[in-house]
Amino acid sequence: MSVKEKNKSPAQAAVKEKKQIAVKLIPIYIMGKRYEVPEGLTIMKAMEYAGYILIRGCGCRGGTCGACGTVYRKPGDYKLQVALACQKTVEPDMYIAQIPFFPVNRALYHFAELTAAPEEAFNLYPELFRCVACNSCTKACPQGIEVMDAVSALKQGNIAEAARLSFDCIQCGLCTSRCFGELAQYHMFQLARRIYGARIAPAAEHLADMMKVINEGKYDQFLDELKQAKEDELKKMYQEREVEPMTAGEDWKPKDTKYL
Amino acid sequence: MSYLGYTDFFEPYIGKVEETRPARLERRRRGEEFPFMSLEEREEMLKYHPDYKEEGRREIKVGPSKGYRIAHEFVDLLEAKSRVAPDKVDLSTVDYEADVLVIGGGGAATIAALIAEESGAQVLIATKLRHGDANTMMAEGGIQAATKREKDSPYYHYLDVMGGGHFRNDPDIVAVFVKQASDSLQWLESLGVMFSKFPDGRLESMHGGGTCRKRMHYCADLSGMEIMRVVRDEARNRPNIKVLEFSPAVELILNEHGQCAGAVLYNMETEEYLVAKAKAVILATGGAGRLHVQGFMSTNHYGATADGVVIGYRAGVPLAFMHTVQYHPTGVVFPEQIEGWLITERFRAEGADIVNVRGEKFVNEREPRDVESARFIKECLDGKGVPTHTGKVGVWLDSPMIDILHGEGRVQTAFVGKWKVYDRLGIDISKAPMLVYPTLHYQNGGLKDNAECETVAPGLYVAGEVTGGLHGENRLMGNSLMDIVVFGRIAGRNAAIFAREKAKEGKLTLKHVKDYHKELKKAGIETDRVAPMLLPDYTSPEVKEKQLTVSRLGNSR
Repeated sequence: MSVKEKNKSPAQAAVKEKKQIAVKLIPIYIMGKRYEVPEGLTIMKAMEYAGYILIRGCGCRGGTCGACGTVYRKPGDYKLQVALACQKTVEPDMYIAQIPFFPVNRALYHFAELTAAPEEAFNLYPELFRCVACNSCTKACPQGIEVMDAVSALKQGNIAEAARLSFDCIQCGLCTSRCFGELAQYHMFQLARRIYGARIAPAAEHLADMMKVINEGKYDQFLDELKQAKEDELKKMYQEREVEPMTAGEDWKPKDTKYL
Repeated sequence: MSYLGYTDFFEPYIGKVEETRPARLERRRRGEEFPFMSLEEREEMLKYHPDYKEEGRREIKVGPSKGYRIAHEFVDLLEAKSRVAPDKVDLSTVDYEADVLVIGGGGAATIAALIAEESGAQVLIATKLRHGDANTMMAEGGIQAATKREKDSPYYHYLDVMGGGHFRNDPDIVAVFVKQASDSLQWLESLGVMFSKFPDGRLESMHGGGTCRKRMHYCADLSGMEIMRVVRDEARNRPNIKVLEFSPAVELILNEHGQCAGAVLYNMETEEYLVAKAKAVILATGGAGRLHVQGFMSTNHYGATADGVVIGYRAGVPLAFMHTVQYHPTGVVFPEQIEGWLITERFRAEGADIVNVRGEKFVNEREPRDVESARFIKECLDGKGVPTHTGKVGVWLDSPMIDILHGEGRVQTAFVGKWKVYDRLGIDISKAPMLVYPTLHYQNGGLKDNAECETVAPGLYVAGEVTGGLHGENRLMGNSLMDIVVFGRIAGRNAAIFAREKAKEGKLTLKHVKDYHKELKKAGIETDRVAPMLLPDYTSPEVKEKQLTVSRLGNSR
C-alpha cells in the first residue's frame, strides 16, 4: 500500500472500493413487470429505484403507519405472502403488488354513550361471528399480532384481552384482506382498545387533582414570576432546581415544596 | 455471506469493536468515564453542528422575515413560485365549503378538528396523504405533563421547557402549555387512550432529556401511534367532520377584508386545483424532515416537507426559531431498510459505548443532544467514521456491552421493539453493535403565533410542529405530543369562535401570491422552482436521465 493509499480514511477507501464492486442487481416483478434493482433494498425503495413515484402505498417509511401493505409471491411457491413495503427486503423474482387501500366496514358510534358491555361490540360488528378461526389473519399480520386470538377474545366478551393483544396494531388492513369471514379486525380492535382505555382501565385520578389546583389559580403567581424573570435569574433557577434521581421510586418527594 | 447478520463488508470493522470491547468494559466496571467537555469545548464542538454551519444557511430575500438566515433547504422553498398561476384559479367557483378548514391530517390537525366540531363548526380536513399519515404516528417516547402534585408542578415543567430551549422560548406560550397539560391527558384518557398505568390507575412516568421530574407519560413505546389512532377514530365518528385525503393545500386564500378564508387544494391523483372556502383556517401541516437539511437522513414520515411554512409565509406570517433544527444523535445508518430510524438514548444510558472505526471511544455518551451529534459528525469528518458498502458513514453504538454489564437477555427485554426490528433483518443487537449517525428529527421553529394560536392573518390559526415559539431553540423529548394536544385544542376552539363571530363574507383573493411573485422578481430571484414541494423525490438519477418528455402529450407525461 502506498503512503498515499495509507492516508486515505476508511470511508474514502470504501467509496473507492464501491466503484470497483458493481452493485448486484436482482430481478423483481412489480405488478407483473420485470425490473432489475439492487439487492438489499426494501420493496418501497426498489419501486422508487425502478422509477415509480409513490403517492399511495407510502407513509412513515418506518413500519408504524400501515400505509404500505403489500402482497407478494415467490417463484415455485403457491403461497401468497404479505409484508410492509417499507420493511421487507426484495428477493430475486418476487412478484409484488401493493394494497394501499382496502374497502372495509367501519361502524359509526357515539363513544360517550358506549359502555364496557361485551354486547357493544357484538351489536356494532355482528360479522364478528362469521370468523371461522382459520387463522389467516394472524399469518398475514406484519406486526406478529395474534389476530385470531384477539378476535376470539372479543367474541368471548373479553375486551381487555382483545385490547392488550392488539395494542401494536398498525391498521394496515392485511388481516382483513385475507379474511374468509370478511371481518374488519383492525376497526374492531380499535373499538376494544378505546373501551378498555376509557371504561375498563382504572382512571388516573391524580389528573383531576392537579386540574383542580391549577383551576383554583394556585400556580398563576409562580408562573407570572417565571414569565417576568430576567434571563440570568431564570438560568439560576434552572440550574438550582432539584432533580429527581434517575433511580428514585414512585414515592420520591422533593425537599423544596414551595412551588408544588 | 454475513457476519453477525451484517454483510461481510463489515466483518473487519466489527472485529475492531470486539477487539477493544474487553478493555472498555473493564473501564466501565471501574466507573471510569470518558471526560465530559467543558462549556468552552462544547461551544467549540457545536461549530460542527449543522445549525452552526454558516455555509449551511443564507438570508431569505423576500417576505415578512426578510433577512433571516435559515437553512438553504428552507430558503429554496421560500424563494420559489406558487405551483399555480394565481390568476388562473377561478375563485368564484367554490368546490368545497366549511366553517373551519383544517389543513393537515396528523395529531394537531385532528385534535383541532374535534374541538372545532364540538364548538359547533362544520369542519373540513384537507390532508396530503392519508388521515393519520404524520409524525405523530411515529412518536415513541412519551408525553410530558406535571401531573403528580406531591413532587411536580407546572412551575418545574416551565423551567425545563425554557432550559431546553436555551431560554429563548415564548414565555406566554410556555405558561399556557404547562397549565393545560394535565387537562389534555385527562381528555385523551376520556377518549380511550391506553396509557401505561399502575394497577390503581396512576400514570407511569419517567425522565426524559432535560426533565427535573419524572413526568414523561407514555403508552408503552407507541405513545404517538396510540394517540393518533384514537383521535382519528373519534374524528371518523363525527358527522360534521369531513376528510379529504390526497388533497394538500398549495396556497391559502384571503378575502377582501384581509381575513384568511380558505385554501387552494391540489388533488394529487387527478391533478386538479380546487377551491375550498372557509370562515376560518387551521394550519397544522407538521414538520420538514424530508427536506433532508444538509443531506441528513430523517426520522420523519414521507410528507414532512414544510408545506405549511411555505403557504403561511406567503400569506404574510413571519417565522420564529427556524434557524434551529433538531438532530437526534443516534439514527440508524445500516441496514438501509430502517435508515434514519431513531435509536433511543436509553441504550447509552444503559452502558453502550460510542466508538469509532478503530474501536476507540471519543465522546462521553451523555453530552447534550446537540453536542453529542456535533461530536459524531466531527469524528466522521476526521475520517474516523465507519464506512458502509453503500457509501455512507457512521459510528458504532456498542449494544452488546449492555448484556455483558447487566446480564444476558437485558437488550432483548429492555429494548424489545428495537431488538425485534433488527432481528427481523437478521441482526441480533445483543451480539452485534449498531451503526448510527445523527438524523434529522424535528423542526424546532416555524410560523410565528401566540398562545391563542393566532397569527398576523386574522382567521388563520396554527398548531403543532408548523409553529415556532414553544420549544425555543431546542425541543425536549415528550413536549411535541403535548404540544399537539394543548394547542390543537386551543386552535380548534378559537377557529370555531372566529368562524361564528368574526368572519366576514367577502371576495376571495390570491393577491398576496401575486405580490409575493412580484417581490421575488424585485429581489432578483429568477427561478423555475415551485413550492410547496408536497413529496420528496426519491427517483434514481439513472431513471431521471431518461425521463425526457418535453411536455404533456395526450394522457401521458
